This record gives sequence, structure tokens and C-alpha cells, in this order.
Amino acid sequence: MARVVVDVMLKPEILDPQGQAVQRALPRLGFAGIADVRQGKRFELEVEGPVDEAALSRIHEMAETFLANTVIEDFVVKVES
Amino acid sequence: MTARIGVVTFPGTLDDQDALRAARLAGAEAVPLWHRDKDLKQVDAVVLAGGFSYGDYLRAGAISRFSPVMGTIIEQAKAGMPVLGICNGFQILTEAHLLPGAMLRNNHLHFICRDQKLRVENADTAWTADYASGQEISVPLKNMDGRYVADERVLDELEAEGRVAFRYLDLNPNGSLRDIAGITNAAGNVVGLMPHPEHAVEPLIGTGGTDGLGFFTSVLKKLVAA
Repeated sequence: MARVVVDVMLKPEILDPQGQAVQRALPRLGFAGIADVRQGKRFELEVEGPVDEAALSRIHEMAETFLANTVIEDFVVKVES
Repeated sequence: MTARIGVVTFPGTLDDQDALRAARLAGAEAVPLWHRDKDLKQVDAVVLAGGFSYGDYLRAGAISRFSPVMGTIIEQAKAGMPVLGICNGFQILTEAHLLPGAMLRNNHLHFICRDQKLRVENADTAWTADYASGQEISVPLKNMDGRYVADERVLDELEAEGRVAFRYLDLNPNGSLRDIAGITNAAGNVVGLMPHPEHAVEPLIGTGGTDGLGFFTSVLKKLVAA
């Protein structure tokens, strides 16, 4: 089975307090030099059958209508080999 | 005939009984609706109650939005049926695109529970006609994902059209843009807000006041007049 990954990130202009909380914790933990952190979601889809154009277009539709809320989030669809 | 107000229960809904009780106290016939049913049982208006439908997995309201009952509600809302979304219900209404914008995690990342002062900015909606424009009310607020966001163009449009229905007073509890606590669609039949009017309908519970009852009496009056 092929794996397709959908990465979902808040749009750059949307405040990400979770990412900020992680970023603020880093120097406390001794990890210096990280100027900014943004937190997103990764979906790993195990796809039955071939990952052809039709399958990818269905996954794109799935990401656009359900996995991401495009009012606040961007998404990227990648095929993993 | 008494108007019928339906309240939807999704898996994880918590405030359906309070909303049904508020509808009864206002004088309506309260009708429980189940998320798996497409049938709205001839109700005249619908309340999407608060809670954590589907555990808020993925995003608050994202999975509920695709329940069979929502297909019918979206259709009827577009045809003019009054729909009120409270808290999780508001999140479902934005996910369903019946209201613009989106709801995100509170800016301070804490769950918040407090009595919240609001200003009723628009008393011309199906759910606010019993208030006066500019009236200040106090109702409970409790949420994790209450930060209302939309892009500048949408926010300007909401302001220009008077569609910011409620604004937080004294304290913005979650980082909502422009202190927005609730909004309405252009027709005024679909209203969503984060605070909980259904918890302020009897003197003995909630804030100790009955500031929230006006939502339910407003819609009744509207339905009787229709």
C-alpha cells in the first residue's frame, strides 16, 4: 500500500499560541537559537490501490473539505515512496 | 399552536438538556433531535448546543458538521429557519460555513469558565429581538476553543453590516479578534456565540440571573409572528 501524507499548517497570519508556548519552553530546556515555532498536523494515509491522478484528486478534495479548514489552514499533499 | 424548538445531541454534546429546558421555560415545545437522523421532526427552529462533539477531534465541530442532521439543518437554515449555535454549536456553524470565520484554541491555552459580560450589538436577529441594541447582559462562558478569527476583509464586512451580534465587555477571555463573542448571518436567522445563554435562565443556577432567556423568547416571538 502506498502512503500519502497531508501536512496541515495554520496560515502564517494566524496566531499560533501552541507553537509560541513550545518556543518559549526551548531556552528553559537548554535549546538555544530557535527564533520561532509553529505547530501543525500531519496525516498519514495508507491508500488502497494505485496512487494515480484520480486517487490524488480525491485526497486533495478530502484535505480541502475535511482534514484542513481552509479559512485558517493551508495544506500540502505528498506521496511517500 | 406552540412553536417547536429542536435541540441536537451529537456524541459528546453536554448542554442539550439545558438548552431544551431553556426552550421550555421560554414557552416553546422542546424537541430532542439526534445527529444521525436527517428528519427535523417539524421543528420551527434549531439549537446546536455546547459540549465537545466527537471529542473535538481534528478541529472543534469539524466532524459533527458532516452528520446527517446537519445536511438538513444547512438546507433549512439557508431557507430561513432560525438556528442558534452556542459554543460547540457556534464552532459547528463556522465549520459548516453557515457563519464566516473560524474558532481556534484560546490565546492563553487555558480552559476558561467565568461569568461573562456581553454587549448585544444587534437586536434585529431572530434570537436577539427581545434585547435592546447596546444592552449589557451577563451569561456563563466556558470553553477551550473560543478564539474567533476571520481575515480583515471579513471582519470589516461583519462590522459594516452590523453582523457582530455580541461583543465581550471588560475582558476578552480568549483573544477573539475585535472582541467578537458572537455573529449572525446576513439574513439574521443564523446566530452563533461562545458564551452560554442557556445557563442563565433561572435565578437559582448559572449567574443567578435570567439574562439568557431572551434568546429563546426572541425566537418564539419571531416564530409566532411568522
